[in-house]
Amino acid sequence: MSSAGPRERRAGAALTLALPRGALFAGSLAMLDRAGFDTAGLRSDSRSLIFALDGLTIVTVRPADVPIYVESGAVDLGVTGKDVLAEQSDRDVYELVDLGFGRCRMALAARAGSSDLERAETRLGLMRIATKYPRTATAWFERMGRQAEVIEVKGSVELAPLVGLADGIVDLVDSGRTLAENGLEIVDEIAVCTARLIANRVAHKLRADEVDAIVKRLGEAAAG
Amino acid sequence: MTSQPLPTGTRDVLAGEMRELRAIESTLLGLFASRGYAEVATPTIEYQDAFARGAGPAGTATYRFLDESGSVLALRSDMTVPIARLAARRFAGADGPFRFAYSGSVFRRVRPQRGQLREMRQIGVELIGSPAPAGTAELIELLVASLDAIGLDRAVVGLGDADLFRQLLAELGVEDGRRDRILDRLAAHDLVAIEAEAGDLADLGEEQRATIVALAGLRGGPEVLERARGLGGAAIERASASLAETLGALEDAGIADRVQVDFGLLRDLGYYTGAILEVYDPAVGEAIGGGGRYDDLLGRFGSPRPAAGFALQLERLHVAQAAEQALRERQ
Repeated sequence: MSSAGPRERRAGAALTLALPRGALFAGSLAMLDRAGFDTAGLRSDSRSLIFALDGLTIVTVRPADVPIYVESGAVDLGVTGKDVLAEQSDRDVYELVDLGFGRCRMALAARAGSSDLERAETRLGLMRIATKYPRTATAWFERMGRQAEVIEVKGSVELAPLVGLADGIVDLVDSGRTLAENGLEIVDEIAVCTARLIANRVAHKLRADEVDAIVKRLGEAAAG
Repeated sequence: MTSQPLPTGTRDVLAGEMRELRAIESTLLGLFASRGYAEVATPTIEYQDAFARGAGPAGTATYRFLDESGSVLALRSDMTVPIARLAARRFAGADGPFRFAYSGSVFRRVRPQRGQLREMRQIGVELIGSPAPAGTAELIELLVASLDAIGLDRAVVGLGDADLFRQLLAELGVEDGRRDRILDRLAAHDLVAIEAEAGDLADLGEEQRATIVALAGLRGGPEVLERARGLGGAAIERASASLAETLGALEDAGIADRVQVDFGLLRDLGYYTGAILEVYDPAVGEAIGGGGRYDDLLGRFGSPRPAAGFALQLERLHVAQAAEQALRERQ
């Protein structure tokens, strides 16, 4: 399909919704199904990036990229995790609906049965924390009045405390299985994160009725 | 030799872009002048006191330095405060109203790593000495004419009320930290958190909590005034009546369809009272301008007068203009 850019998009064109290709993808499709959209094309074709649903254009992007697509107005709406929004809290977007699915915990974890964190904090004055969420982690330690050296890593966070890069980690925990498999356990819960529907600021104003209709439809599908 | 970088949030403008920026600027200044808004200039630097006095805590986003006597100077972060200062100081005894236009750079301290601009070109007007609703309507008429004059005839003006949420929360007895948290969430456009905060207000009834949530997302044509009134309460009634008055004047001028009533609109520059404005073009993902009434600001400089103004971001107008032209060429 043609990809008329947002700046050339015609009035009356379908609203564009960005979905995250990641842990929230299956939940997003299930929600669209419940809302009465036909997602067969989205399910069968993993290569295309743009899909036309009835009355809605879907684009698929990396989860962490959803907020910038929405903030810039490249797309009107997006589905993303609260973890991503919290980490990118300065993105100026409307947060419209808690979609409820993709429920995870942002947590501080360390080697199971160890006193790594406590020892680092009491004897060395600060903990070294590896994370993919440096701003979330920094803000939480700041709020708790605890000192931490936050080390940003791009993946395999669980490795960091095992080899001594860090005393603990801050990461998103779903079932806790990955933690357990690596001999780690949750020490403190920072936040509960679910999927959110977000909107571009200008689209929220200029396409108010269409946005409100989607909010209602997806909100009901999420609640149901 | 390595190249010399620019400070982040600043940029060079080369000839092709500059020519088009100047064309927009001269079109708008010409229009402003034809409506009696004569161009004035204020210094690029002011005493920091002027911004603190005019805008309170919001006036601290300035770049500051010391002069030879140790006084704190600031690069202007805003054009409205200096022009209010100018009007209060230079025209204190004179009869109004006064109409001023300006075009110039403002400078804002930004959070790092954000890609925010430190220097922005703003062009706009201030209408000093003309109260609501007539003054507000004159201003919005000129704003719509300005957008039309530069080819942004799809652009829409969001019209809200700066005092509404504070007054509504006061009326409901929501004060201090609880009020500030809700206002913060509203400023952050986080409707999910507003619903959560409202849900925590245990001393409020279900209907009152629902009112807070509904109002934050209530925007649209004149019909939303009735929907707002249906929510009840003195604060909403006052704001709705005031918005309806302004809208009535705009209907007489034939431009009501260019205005969107927005009960959730919030602009916290530290001096707005009553009507507030934000400007959107469908081709650009962020607001291209804004403004509102600041009936208390001149009083802070010793010469109280009702006043209002708007500022457009020159670079964003240019982006919108280019996008709208591209769209027209395709059709």
